[in-house]
Amino acid sequence: MEFVVISLLNGITYGLLLFMLSSGLTLIFSMMGILNFAHASFYMLGAYFAYQISTWTGFWPGLLVAPLLVGAVGAAIERYGLRRAHRYGHVAELLFTFGLAFVVEEVVHLIWGKVAVDYRIPVELDGTLFTLYDTDFPIYKGFMMLVSVGMLVALYALLTRTRIGLIIQAALTRPDMVEALGHNVPRIFMLVFGGGTALAGLAGVIGGNAFVTEPGMAAAVGSIVFVIVVVGGLGSLGGAFIASLLIGCIQTFSVGLTISITDVFALIGVELPEGSQVARLTITQMAPVLPYLLMVAILIFRPRGLMGAREN
Amino acid sequence: MNSATFSRGRLAVWGGCLALAFALPLVLKSGFVISLLCQIGIMAVFSLSYNMLLGQTGLLSFGHAVYYGLGAFATIHLLNAIGKGGSPFTTALLPFVGGLAGLLAGLVLGYVTTRKAGTTFAMITLGIGEMVAACSLMFPAVFGGEGGVSGNRVVGKEAFLGFTWGPQVEMYGLIVLWAFVCTVAMFALTQTPLGRMANAVRDNPERAEFVGYDTERVRFLMVVLSGFFAGVAGGLSALNYEIVTAETLNAHTSGIVLLIAFVGGIGFFYGPIIGAILVTLMQIVIGGMTHAWLLYFGLFFLFMVLVAPGGIASLIAVQRNLWQAGLFGRMLPHYAATALPVLILLAGLVGLIELGYALLAGEGATSDGPVRVMGMMLDLKSPQPWLSAMAVAALGLGLTRWIGGRMREAWNATLSTLHGDKA
Repeated sequence: MEFVVISLLNGITYGLLLFMLSSGLTLIFSMMGILNFAHASFYMLGAYFAYQISTWTGFWPGLLVAPLLVGAVGAAIERYGLRRAHRYGHVAELLFTFGLAFVVEEVVHLIWGKVAVDYRIPVELDGTLFTLYDTDFPIYKGFMMLVSVGMLVALYALLTRTRIGLIIQAALTRPDMVEALGHNVPRIFMLVFGGGTALAGLAGVIGGNAFVTEPGMAAAVGSIVFVIVVVGGLGSLGGAFIASLLIGCIQTFSVGLTISITDVFALIGVELPEGSQVARLTITQMAPVLPYLLMVAILIFRPRGLMGAREN
Repeated sequence: MNSATFSRGRLAVWGGCLALAFALPLVLKSGFVISLLCQIGIMAVFSLSYNMLLGQTGLLSFGHAVYYGLGAFATIHLLNAIGKGGSPFTTALLPFVGGLAGLLAGLVLGYVTTRKAGTTFAMITLGIGEMVAACSLMFPAVFGGEGGVSGNRVVGKEAFLGFTWGPQVEMYGLIVLWAFVCTVAMFALTQTPLGRMANAVRDNPERAEFVGYDTERVRFLMVVLSGFFAGVAGGLSALNYEIVTAETLNAHTSGIVLLIAFVGGIGFFYGPIIGAILVTLMQIVIGGMTHAWLLYFGLFFLFMVLVAPGGIASLIAVQRNLWQAGLFGRMLPHYAATALPVLILLAGLVGLIELGYALLAGEGATSDGPVRVMGMMLDLKSPQPWLSAMAVAALGLGLTRWIGGRMREAWNATLSTLHGDKA
C-alpha cells in the first residue's frame, strides 16, 4: 500500500511535468502541422538558462525569466527558420527541427560542457512536506505539482476564456477563414510556437533540478514525449494529458518492481526452466522499454491513439 | 525494364565508377585513405537503402539504424560461431546474412510501422528505434553490453583466390564489390513496377489506391527491402571494423544516415552516394581540425534545409541543365563574385565559434595566458580577437547581402530564360 501511494504521487508529479512538454508539442502540432522534433531541446534550454540565472540571482527570478527567454528563442526560430522551411513542405520543417535539436545539443556542449551542471533545488524548498508511511514527501515535488497544475489551469483558461484563445482555437481548424477576418495568422503561429516552447522551458526550469541537468536530458525526455503524443492521439490535448499521467506512473511504478516473468509464473504454480534470459528480466530492468511497448500495443490495437481523431 | 534502363551511356558511367573505385587504392596507398574509402563504401550502401524510404517512398524514418545494427550483430555472431571452421569464401558471403537479418527485422517491424505514412510513420519509427536500442542494453549476452561484440574476419586455413580479407586493401575490395552489387540492385529496383508504385505512393497515395494498389503493402515491401540493404551495410561494417557495439543501432546512427541522405539529395538516385562521400570526408577532415565539427555539421544541415532542400545532387543537376542550355557561362562570373564575400563571412563565423569554443570548452577555460586558436596565439580575455572576428563576420555579411542580391537577380533571370527556352 505504501509503495502504491508513494509511487502514485511520484508518478503524477512526473506525469504533470511530461504533460507540460506534450501539451506544447500537441498545440504546435495541431495548429501548424509541425512535429517539433526539437521540443525537448527547449526543455533542456530552460533548465540551463535557469541554472545560469540561478548562479547570478538565485532560483526565483530564473523561474520567471528562463521560460520567457526560451519562448523568445522559440518565437525567433519560428520567425526566421521554420517559416522559411515551411515553403518546402512538412518534411523540410520536420528536418529543420531535427537539425535544430542537433545544433542545440552542440551549443549546450559548447557553453556548459559535456558533464552535468550543479543546478540545485532552492534552500526554501528543500525539506519534507509530509510523511506518509515513514516515507518523506519532499516539498519540491509538491511545488512541482503546484506549478504544473497552475500552469495548466492558466493555459486552459487562456484557450477557452479569452479572446486570444478563441482566435487560436479558430486558427487551429480554419486558418484561412481567420486570416480573411483580418487576423495575422502567421503571427498567431509564432505566438503559439513561442508559447509552446516557453511551456517546455518552464518544465525544464522545475524539472532540471529535480532530476539532472546535462546535455543528454533532451534526448532522454524527447522520445518519451513523442511516445506520449502517439499514445494519446496526435493533436488531442485530452489524450496527451491521460497519456502523460499513464506514462509517468508506468515509469515510476516499474522502477520499484522487482518481479520477473518467472516470478509471475511461480505464483500460479508453473516453474519455468532456468537460463532463459527473457523470463528472468525484472520489471525494473524492463523499465526503459515499457513506454515503447505500450506505444506498439496502442498502434496495433488502436492506431489513432487513445483520443485521437480518426484519420481521413 | 526496357533497354533504355541500361543504355550504353549509363553502362559506361557504372563501369567507370566501378573501375575508379578499384583503381583508387593503387594511387592512394596510405592506410588512412583506404580505411576512409571503406567507411565511405559502407555509408553509401546504408544511405542508399535509407533513400529507398525517404526519397522513393516518401517515408521519413528515424529508426533506420535498427536494420543496420541488427544486420551487423547477426554477421558478427555468425562469424564468431563459424570461427575456425570457416573459410574466406564463407566470410565474403556473410554480409548477405546481415541482409537477411535486416529483412527479417523489416518483416516484423514493418508490419507495425507502415500502417501509417507521413508524420505518424516518422514518430513510430523513432519509438521503435528507441525500443530496440533500449532492448539492446537489456540483453548483454546478445548485444555485448557497453563493450560490444568483437570478432576476427580472418578465418580458415586457405586463402580464397589469394584473399584472406586480412589486409585492409582486400577488405576494401570486398566492400566495393558488395557496394556495387547492392547499388545496381537498388537502382534496378527503382525501374521495377514496385519501384514505380513506391513513387506513386509518395506523390499521391489516394490516386495510387484508386489505380488498385494497396499503399500499405507497397510501403511495407519497400521497408522490408530497404531493411535488407541496410542489413548488408551493417554486415559489411561488422567485417570491416571487427567490432559491433550497441551504438550501431541507436538514434545517433539513424540521425546520421538521415543527414547524409538529405545533404546528398534525396530526389536523385545518386544523391546519397554524394552525401556519404561528403559527410565522411567532413567528419574525418574537419573532425580532425576542430572539436566543434558536429556544430558546423548541424549548421550546414540547417543551411541546406533552408536554402537547398534538394541537396547537393539538385545543385549539380541545375548546373548541368544550365550547361546544356549554354547558360552556364552567364552565371559563372556571378558565382566567382559571390565566393569571396561568402568566404569572408564564413571566416568570421568560424572565428567566433572557435574563439567561443576555446574560451568555454578548450584550453582557455583553464589557462589565463594566450591560447592557440586556428594557428594564432590569442589572448581570449581581451576584446581584441573577438572584435576582429565580429568585424570580419559583419563585413562578410554586408558584402554577401550586397553581391548575393545581385547574384540572385541574375540567377532568377537565367532560370526564367532556361524555362522560357523549354516552353
